[in-house]
Amino acid sequence: MTDKDYEDIPGTFVFDADRARIGYHLNQFCISLGKAEGREAFTADPEAYLDRYPMSPEQRQAVIDRDWNRMLELCGNIYYTSKLAAYDGINFQDLAGLMTGMGREAYRKMMVDGGRPIDGNRYKSEWGED
Amino acid sequence: MARITAGVGCSHVPAIGVAIDKGITGDDYWKPVFAGFEKSREWMKEANPDVIFLVYNDHCTAFDSSIIPTFALGAAAEFQPADEGWGPRPVPVVKNHQVLASHIAQSLILDEFDITVMNEMEVDHGLTVPLSVMYGQPEEWPALVIPLAVNVVMYPAPTGNRCYNLGKAIRRAVESFDEDLNVVIFGTGGMSHQLQYKRAGLINPEWDNAFLDRLTSDPVGLSQMPHIEYLREAGSEGVEMVMWHVMRGALDDEVTEVHRHYHVPASNTAVGHIILENKNED
Ligand SMILES: [Fe+2]
Repeated sequence: MTDKDYEDIPGTFVFDADRARIGYHLNQFCISLGKAEGREAFTADPEAYLDRYPMSPEQRQAVIDRDWNRMLELCGNIYYTSKLAAYDGINFQDLAGLMTGMGREAYRKMMVDGGRPIDGNRYKSEWGED
Repeated sequence: MARITAGVGCSHVPAIGVAIDKGITGDDYWKPVFAGFEKSREWMKEANPDVIFLVYNDHCTAFDSSIIPTFALGAAAEFQPADEGWGPRPVPVVKNHQVLASHIAQSLILDEFDITVMNEMEVDHGLTVPLSVMYGQPEEWPALVIPLAVNVVMYPAPTGNRCYNLGKAIRRAVESFDEDLNVVIFGTGGMSHQLQYKRAGLINPEWDNAFLDRLTSDPVGLSQMPHIEYLREAGSEGVEMVMWHVMRGALDDEVTEVHRHYHVPASNTAVGHIILENKNED
């Protein structure tokens, strides 16, 4: 395997071909909710609808728990998981409030004040991670 | 002959489309975002392109995970605005210049760009938001539109260098088309933003403005920037900005910056916009 130079960015998953492979059924489930037929079928019988997508038990549990960060850790991608969020009535900004653990108002205020600064947020080492 | 006369770089933040569709562009939050596009709308009236070649990315709307083309050119007669989870945007259907689109498809492939040809495709906010910010809310879009969807969702997106050279090939294709047409090329997406996980909300205005500066002063050098720099400095979704190199590559080496707008934030994103004209245009 080649070294992945993008794995030392903190708080970030780069959705590469490996992650796309592992997350495939989770992401396909999420994106199916972008269409009205998918939303209606999921609402009518969530368990049966989830059965159509052979994701891992952990991925399925993360969906049921609406554990947004866990879905990403298990190779979900934000453009996909945001469709599940939209199904729940959660927009991109409020989803970010949940993923960052900041909550809606604090996150919104951070953005209005200019966003999260780059300084201190480039490398995992700056977050005390390796 | 058909000619590319100018390029437009523009963010395509979905919330900007929502603000237009809901009629809340005059709110305190949105006013500064839209103020910077007033001059652009005047410029669009003046430029009055026959065709817009619009480089954008699909956000898992036309393409889910099952098929991921790196470059997909729209060749259909028209493109319906897609339902992205909240119902389709109330904007006009997007109409193609189908003869030019098929000419470009053929020319690009012979020029060794292995593009995917889309004879059916719905278009999402990545394409419709730039039209809305530049045109407002007309009954019909004033120009025909040729969409080029670029994969930037699954890593790796095409390199900046590849995008820049594709722009050059698009220019050759356009200039080998007989009909007299004024073509303006759009590169969309960005600027700095990260939508996901614990670093969501990242914004880097110094980096964004340096990018805008170098589009005019050092486009070739800028196109050599490796992906890791976008990901680290401009956020994981900031890598969308490789699409601006397609626009820049299609222009002359020497361009004039006629307008720039930069504002933070629109939802999670830094809004960036630039209009570049070829120097030899009068
Ligand atoms: Fe985008």
